[in-house]
Amino acid sequence: MTESRGVWLYAVTRGFSPQDLAGLTGVGGEPVRAVEADGLVAVVSSVSLDEFGQEALRRNLEDLDWLAATARAHDGVVEAVVRAGPAVPLRLATVYLGDERVRDEVRARRADLEAALNRVAGRTEWGVKVYCGPSSYPEPAVADGGAPGRGAGTTYLLRRRAQLSARETAERNAAAQADEVHTALGGVAVAGRKHLPQDPRLSGERAWMVLNGAYLVDNSRADQFAMAVTDLERQHRGLRFELTGPWPPYSFTGIGEDGR
Amino acid sequence: MTNAGQPSSAVSPMSPATGVGSHQPANLGDILERVLDKGLVIAGDIQVNLLDIELLTIKLRLVIASLETAKEVGIDWWEHDPWLTGGNRDLERENRELRGRVAELEGRRDGSRALEAEPRAAEETEEYD
Repeated sequence: MTESRGVWLYAVTRGFSPQDLAGLTGVGGEPVRAVEADGLVAVVSSVSLDEFGQEALRRNLEDLDWLAATARAHDGVVEAVVRAGPAVPLRLATVYLGDERVRDEVRARRADLEAALNRVAGRTEWGVKVYCGPSSYPEPAVADGGAPGRGAGTTYLLRRRAQLSARETAERNAAAQADEVHTALGGVAVAGRKHLPQDPRLSGERAWMVLNGAYLVDNSRADQFAMAVTDLERQHRGLRFELTGPWPPYSFTGIGEDGR
Repeated sequence: MTNAGQPSSAVSPMSPATGVGSHQPANLGDILERVLDKGLVIAGDIQVNLLDIELLTIKLRLVIASLETAKEVGIDWWEHDPWLTGGNRDLERENRELRGRVAELEGRRDGSRALEAEPRAAEETEEYD
């Protein structure tokens, strides 16, 4: 009995050589291969629809172990492809019912894909996360029970109000600093994107993430970018910086890049 | 670049955080953020809405998932959840009190039934709530 097979798409590239994919294993432990369409190369794996079909996929995506393994495998293949040349990473879980369908879609989106490839060629994505720690919230100095007629309750409320407004001020301050950082890094990068801060329950971070930035940087400027991050960290003492990368250009595949 | 007097920094241009060029595994949360939410979106033949994935509801499926994987992503709420760490004394006490109350009410209910089964002539005073 033949098993139903689908085709999982990792990335689209051009100028491909077979050895770029030699020995690569992707999602579901499947080998990685290429489907060519008019000069563009779709990097794919054949997958079982028992695991990657509609219902199975929905179910599996909710399984954290499966999701983690699949996400790492997908990113692993994308990273390998990017090492060999400019590539457009696909979001997870783009599955087709056959190679011809892959060719159809690649041809249909050819202009977007070519534009994206041109945009990312010779460039790398770097992530910069900035955190504002609780130590950045100064404890306001509120005089204790000095004024006549002011009871403990009033003193407490006044202190609480001072605390809240000090925290608000600190937060506004941190957000302003994060904007400065984003602008400064955007100056070194070709393009920058502010992503939503990561859910603290996922990142396990107690500190508040004030910036979750992604930057597309010319490879020749990678060191300059890293130095810029170090300099900014020195300038903004109340903030903690985390540089991640190099990443495939996940954040810069879209159309209408305006560098914001 | 000198490090004299410089506080320890997470920034190091020579040691990228991901696997490319190094053998350090990237943070799973950072990978998930990119592959689930970024990357080019082309309609496939299999319709899947990745936004439907509630990574928080995945917590509820941790009974079958590996706790190590979860911790890797930073999901370790069970280590801080008072219910699981036995830190919620109030809830436990309230539970005990409610259970006692239920038992008491059931006792009275059962007692009053026994009374109704007896002949009406032998009326006894009983206090009911």
